Amino acid sequence: MTQTDLLTLLPNILLVTWACILLLVDLFIPQRRKGMIALLAVFGLAVVMGIVLAQAGREMTAFNGMIVVDGFSVFLSVLFLATGILGIAIAYGYLKRMGIERGEYYTLMLFSISGMLLMAQAADLIVIFLGLELLSIPLYVLAAWARPRLESEEAGLKYFLLGAFATGFVVYGIAMTFGATGSTRLSEIVARVAGGEAVTTLLLIGAALLLVGFGFKVAAVPFHMWTPDVYQGAPTSVTGFMAVGAKAAGFAALLRIFVSAFPSLSVDLVPVLWGLAAVTMIGGNLIAIAQTDIKRMLAYSSIAHAGYILMAFVPYGNPKVAHDSVASALFYLVAYAITSFGAWAMVIALEKAEGKGLEINDYAGLGRKHPAMAAAMTVFMLSLTGIPPTLGLIGKLYLFRSVVEGGFIGLAIIGVLTSLISAYYYLRVVVVMYMRDGDPQVTSESWLNLTIGAAALATVVLSFVPAALFTLASDAVLKLF
Amino acid sequence: MEGTIPLSYYIAVSAILFTMGALGVLIRRNALIVFMSIELMLNAANLAFVAFARSYGVLTGQIFVFFVITVAAAEVAVGLALIVAIFRSKHSIDVDQMSSLKG
Repeated sequence: MTQTDLLTLLPNILLVTWACILLLVDLFIPQRRKGMIALLAVFGLAVVMGIVLAQAGREMTAFNGMIVVDGFSVFLSVLFLATGILGIAIAYGYLKRMGIERGEYYTLMLFSISGMLLMAQAADLIVIFLGLELLSIPLYVLAAWARPRLESEEAGLKYFLLGAFATGFVVYGIAMTFGATGSTRLSEIVARVAGGEAVTTLLLIGAALLLVGFGFKVAAVPFHMWTPDVYQGAPTSVTGFMAVGAKAAGFAALLRIFVSAFPSLSVDLVPVLWGLAAVTMIGGNLIAIAQTDIKRMLAYSSIAHAGYILMAFVPYGNPKVAHDSVASALFYLVAYAITSFGAWAMVIALEKAEGKGLEINDYAGLGRKHPAMAAAMTVFMLSLTGIPPTLGLIGKLYLFRSVVEGGFIGLAIIGVLTSLISAYYYLRVVVVMYMRDGDPQVTSESWLNLTIGAAALATVVLSFVPAALFTLASDAVLKLF
Repeated sequence: MEGTIPLSYYIAVSAILFTMGALGVLIRRNALIVFMSIELMLNAANLAFVAFARSYGVLTGQIFVFFVITVAAAEVAVGLALIVAIFRSKHSIDVDQMSSLKG
């Protein structure tokens, strides 16, 4: 291991070491004060984020080209680390309130985040596989965290079985890709394909299996069956973390693999991706209408948003628009992350220990009793729908623009129409909050309120300066092509 | 390579194993059997890896198999723990009965 190797992997090494240290520290902290572990974990994440930011602007390759640091990896690593910090912020009071506070929660989160970082940095299918598993296995445990509550155990087992099933597809897809090209290195795969040495049939099978595997991970229709159950059954703080982090990591790997290894397959894959994006948008939004449970509603909403991000994949083989479409996917991931975290934090604020307070009707009267909370929730719902002045709208505009420029007008129309449909169930929450009388009980916790406030503020403020964020995303993907 | 088994045979066996595994996950209802079927899928991939690695004369495939085996072991630890936990509270590991989450 050379010095470059060490420097490149430093964020990961630090994160995993810190997680192991916290596991030991946890033994010496009395049960009443487990919150300390949360603070230490946030401290670790902040330090690692500092190191990642120091790596920004550099190009590094390590371990014989298995790991890279480039704009793409730095952009996404910062997103993942921020997800981790927000994930801990919303979990801090919630775990205590639900009586499921144990120090290992934060350790498992750190392990999962290091898996996400690895996925963003991977330039080899082996590393992508390892990152995927390092990300998923702690999440299986976290989903079942509220044990012995049956819903949580069930969510854990379902997530585990479907996640492992998806892993099977990913591994077999990698095997076929390896069989087609004789290498697992992304750069070598693309070189072999360009040199005409690859077995095209095997490569196509491999790409299709990878798409199925990651389709499960990012919850695209028709591989979404697990999502509502897992999102509903898992503790809400885990759900928020999972909905943002795991989805973003899945998309990171998909983008990296498809853009840097399979550009030549775009002709064959475009119809498949087109269909996948369309079905995901339509399915997610239509089923969401019928939901009365806010967690399930947000679960279907997250499926629908996976569909919007998948739209960015459709023009990836067209060199003229590929750059912008990948950049708009990153932009949308950030917009979705901020908004979705805010919405999940609101769910946590209204959730009560015995699992009550999760119906949409429980939000009645929020507008009168807690105007600030209701205003924040309104911002999140507007942003998820794509109504100005919110970040969600800007994200959708960028996505639709790149899709239209790629020549897929039909898909853009489906996107707009499904956004209109989604207005129905998002705005229903707003209507219930302001138009109906009720006595909602809100738990006020400083960390939670801070997250909600910051997310609402960011959703509105960033929508006035979207160009800055888009430039960042655009610079990040520059080296990907 | 006179007298050796051709690559396509290995790949055919691995494809059959993978299909059996995938069907097992979809058809069987016992969580343990579903889990075994998933392991079958992973091992089908391992077989393909080794066969390809041998035909290309590179070690990447064999190394990948080590990673898959290790990760599968980690998954077993978590998976069996989850199955045991749910068996304690439900006294059943039939995935059809896991229906407390609905909407």
